[in-house]
Order: sequence, then C-alpha cells, then structure tokens
Amino acid sequence: MDIQICVGSSCHLKGSAVIIEKMQAAVEKYNLVGKVNLSGSFCMGVCNRMGVTVSVDGEVHTGISPENFSEFFSDHVLAKLNG
Amino acid sequence: MRKFDTKVQHLKYKVLREVARLAWKDQLLENVMDIPKMIVPGKTPTMRCCVYKERAILGERVKIAMGGDTSNPNIIQVIDIACDECPAAGYEVTDSCRGCLAHRCEDVCKRGAISFDHNHVAHIDKTKCVECGQCAKVCPYSAIVNRKRPCQVACKVKAISIDENNAAAIDNEKCIQCGACVYQCPFGAISDKSYILNVIDMIKKSEGNKNYKVYAIVAPAFASQFMHAKVGQAITGMKQLGFHTVIEAALGGDMVAMNESRELVEKVAEKGAMTSSCCPAFVRYIQTAFPELVDFVSHNPSPMVALAKYIKSTDQNSKVVFVGPCTAKKAECQLEGAKDYVDAVLTFEELQALFDSKEIELSELAEDVLDNASYFGRIFARTGGLSDAVAQALKEQNIDFETKPVVCNGIEECRMALLKLSKNPKILGGNFIEGMACLGGCINGAGCLTHGEKNKADVDKYGREAMEKTISDAVSILQNF
Repeated sequence: MDIQICVGSSCHLKGSAVIIEKMQAAVEKYNLVGKVNLSGSFCMGVCNRMGVTVSVDGEVHTGISPENFSEFFSDHVLAKLNG
Repeated sequence: MRKFDTKVQHLKYKVLREVARLAWKDQLLENVMDIPKMIVPGKTPTMRCCVYKERAILGERVKIAMGGDTSNPNIIQVIDIACDECPAAGYEVTDSCRGCLAHRCEDVCKRGAISFDHNHVAHIDKTKCVECGQCAKVCPYSAIVNRKRPCQVACKVKAISIDENNAAAIDNEKCIQCGACVYQCPFGAISDKSYILNVIDMIKKSEGNKNYKVYAIVAPAFASQFMHAKVGQAITGMKQLGFHTVIEAALGGDMVAMNESRELVEKVAEKGAMTSSCCPAFVRYIQTAFPELVDFVSHNPSPMVALAKYIKSTDQNSKVVFVGPCTAKKAECQLEGAKDYVDAVLTFEELQALFDSKEIELSELAEDVLDNASYFGRIFARTGGLSDAVAQALKEQNIDFETKPVVCNGIEECRMALLKLSKNPKILGGNFIEGMACLGGCINGAGCLTHGEKNKADVDKYGREAMEKTISDAVSILQNF
C-alpha cells in the first residue's frame, strides 16, 4: 500500500510533521513495516483549512489532524488492508 | 508602483510580456514581426536616432525572449546593433586639467605613465598605464576620468573585450553567466536568453496539471521582489499562471546546509579547506580561472538541484521550473547532474512579465501560503547566510567542529580568497569559502526586479517568519520517508 503525506506549504503549516510521526508510529504498532510504503508529496491540489492531506493508494483524504488521525487510520488504512 | 530599477529592464520586460501574451494564445508565429511596432508605435523616436533602429533592436530583443541565438552556447548574448560603441579609451585627461604645479598625478603613478606638455597639461602614455586609477583619485580638479565601458567595468572576470566593429564581445570560455553586464549596460545591449516559451509550453501541455504536474521552486530572494504585493499574493498568482504548486528553494538550502556541514568536516581534515557550491557563477569561476582548485569545491548539488531531485522522487510525472534572481542558473540547469531534475529556469523579471501577460494583478489576489523551509534556508539569499546555516547545521548535529568562514561578497572577493587558497590553504585565514558572485548575494542577482539595501532586510524578516526555526526541523519531514 502506498501512502503519501502532503508536505507542501499549506499542509506543512497545519502540521504535516505531526501526522508523519503518528503515521510511522501506527505503521510500527500494527506491524505494517514492509507492507506500507510511506512517502511525501508537495501538494495534491486540495488544500483547505481543516488539516493535512493524505493519499492512500491514490485515494485522497483531506483534513487529517492529530485529533482524527486514529479514526482515519483504522477506517482507511487498516480496513483497506484487512478488507 | 514602479516595478523595475531601470528603463532598460522595463523595455526587456515589455518584450517578454508581448511574446508571452501571444504565446498563450498560440498567435506568436503569425504576429512575432509586429511586436517591435506594438512597443514603439508612431514616428517619433524615444530612445535612439530613429524608430527604425529602435524597432530593429526590439526585433533582436524578441529573438532573445524566444530563446536567442542557438548557435551560441552562452546564455548571455550581446545585441551588437544595440551596443552604442561607448568610448573605450580607459583613463583620459580631460579639458578640466588646469596645468597645475603640484603634479600629484605624476607623483602617484607608479608606472611613470604621466608626462606634461609645454602648458603643464598632463598626458597619459597608454603603453605604460595599467588603469589603476590612482591619478584620477588624487587630481584636485577631477580632470582625469575613466572611459572604460560599463560592461567591462561590471565584468570582474574580464570576459568582455571590444571587437573589430567596436561592439562588446564576450569570451565564452571566461564568462560565468553572472549577468553583471546585463544589468549594468546602460543601453541594454547585453541580455540573458529567455526560456519563457518553454515554460508556457510546459504549462499548456500539462492541461491544467492533468497530464503532468508543473512545480515551481522559488528562490528565497523572492521575498524582496514584489514590492507592490505580498509574497502570498505572488503564490496565488503563480498558481493562476498554471503552476501546480510553489515550493521554497530554501528547503533545498536546508538540505544543502546539513550535507555541506558534514562534508566540510571531512574535506578540511583531508585538504585543509572547502568552498561552497550553491552559486553556479562561483563554481564556474573556479572551473575556468582556478581549475587546480576544483577538488576543493563541495560535492553538494545547489539548493535548486537538491530540491528538484527530491520533488522528482515524490512525483515521477512532473516538471520543475526554478524561479530566481539568477542568470547563471539558466546555464546551471543545462549541466549534467541538473538537467534531469530542473526543466527550466525563469528570472523574477520574466515571472513579472508572465503575470502581466495574463493580466494577473497580484495586489488584488487572495493570499496563499509559502512555508517549507527554516530561517537558515531562507537567508542563503544574502551574503553570509550560507556560512551561518552551515555553522548552525553543525551545532544541531552536535558535531564539534569550528567553521571559520571566509565570506566572499562578490566575485572580486572570491578571487582574492581563491588566490590565497591556490597558494596554500593555511594562508586563507579560514576553512570554508562561501562564494557568491553577486555583491550582497542572490538578492542582487541580475534577474531581480529591484536591487537595493532594503532587500537584505526583507529577506531576513522573511527568514524570521518561517515556522521551522531549525534546519533539522525543516529537513526532518524529508528524512522521515
């Protein structure tokens, strides 16, 4: 699975760095190292005021924040991997 | 508000704008011959002897705006018919010489080049004169003037000579593409070739960034350029032009600072000193004038190339355009090791022309954001900034090493430092040569809209506004993948 986290200006200011840390921790916690390929991206063209943009196998999700990260991870990463 | 320092820049801009305007509409080929008349209508000349000569020169400017003479590999090109054949006699005694008794000019001339006629009026023997200028300095009547051509005065690497037709000629072997002559020629007779058409074509063929994405990297001197608008408005404008997104070259600066600081420790242990590699004109100067010192040059790519390489690693289907103050970058992007990553280079002058070709009025736009780098990456734009960043990078990595920077502001200071290094690294008085070809650093690059003291303050202020305060924080997002 390819996960891209946006590190462009808008997402950077909304905390890409924190989301990257959480993503790495989650990947380790669920033993997904090797199964998930993490990379950066400069802008996916859907900047907004809510949070960071993350794409999972090309599917773009916006507004990811430290608060909703766990929900996002289980709904769109774990569910997809297990489903 | 006036956007340029000089009327020469304004003229160049008008040509670029008209070429771009027609190119966006796919009407350039049919209308290219009409551009000179659009810019100089009517019958009254405003710049030269007649409108026909004005238009002939504008025709040449149009060619340069469309990429210039392809048979000449240099990106700096002379427009011979615009070259006004300035007097090129060097130091001369004028009518103001009063034939005084003191003869300070004679005393100060170490070459014995000054003699006097029966009226005690001074004369300079050109076969003895070395153009040191001391006589001109001491004359109480300011009777001795330097009639050297402005382009030759500007060219500190002595690449400009006068050809048989009395026009300026550039020695491509010596030229470092710094653009000093381009900015200094009062008649605009030397110009940097433009690649705006490549960029317009790239944007058009991307069909709204669908077929591939066009990324823009902006140099940190950007912060000082658009006096009539905010940085955020310029970013919005660039996206309206058709760029997918805009990223700070300063992030490449942060990446370079990290790597260059580690390389410095190794290189100093091995060779006693190292030079920076981010200014392409400085690197080319070493290659052409001090080839024996090439091994002292840092192996790091420039911030432009480092970042472009990273962008291409995140998006294989992308084009990267660098926008900066620098004419030498146009040559750098054609070099091995750069051309696979950087697809085109624009100057700030050209960006302004592109905005206006699409009637994009920056001051009326909403503000977008630009924040990818740290304070230290951003201050690369001014002299001393790179040295500060390298020292900071060592500190952040807990490497116990004392950087002793030799900050070279302008190519003449670079030459002095390189001369010392070529004799013996021990007499250099430091271990790290920060070489910047332009006085003041990139903020005074030839492709800037404005050149001035205020620019340094703008860049420092912009640096302090960066969200990331340290280099490690700025590059950590990249290293995490």
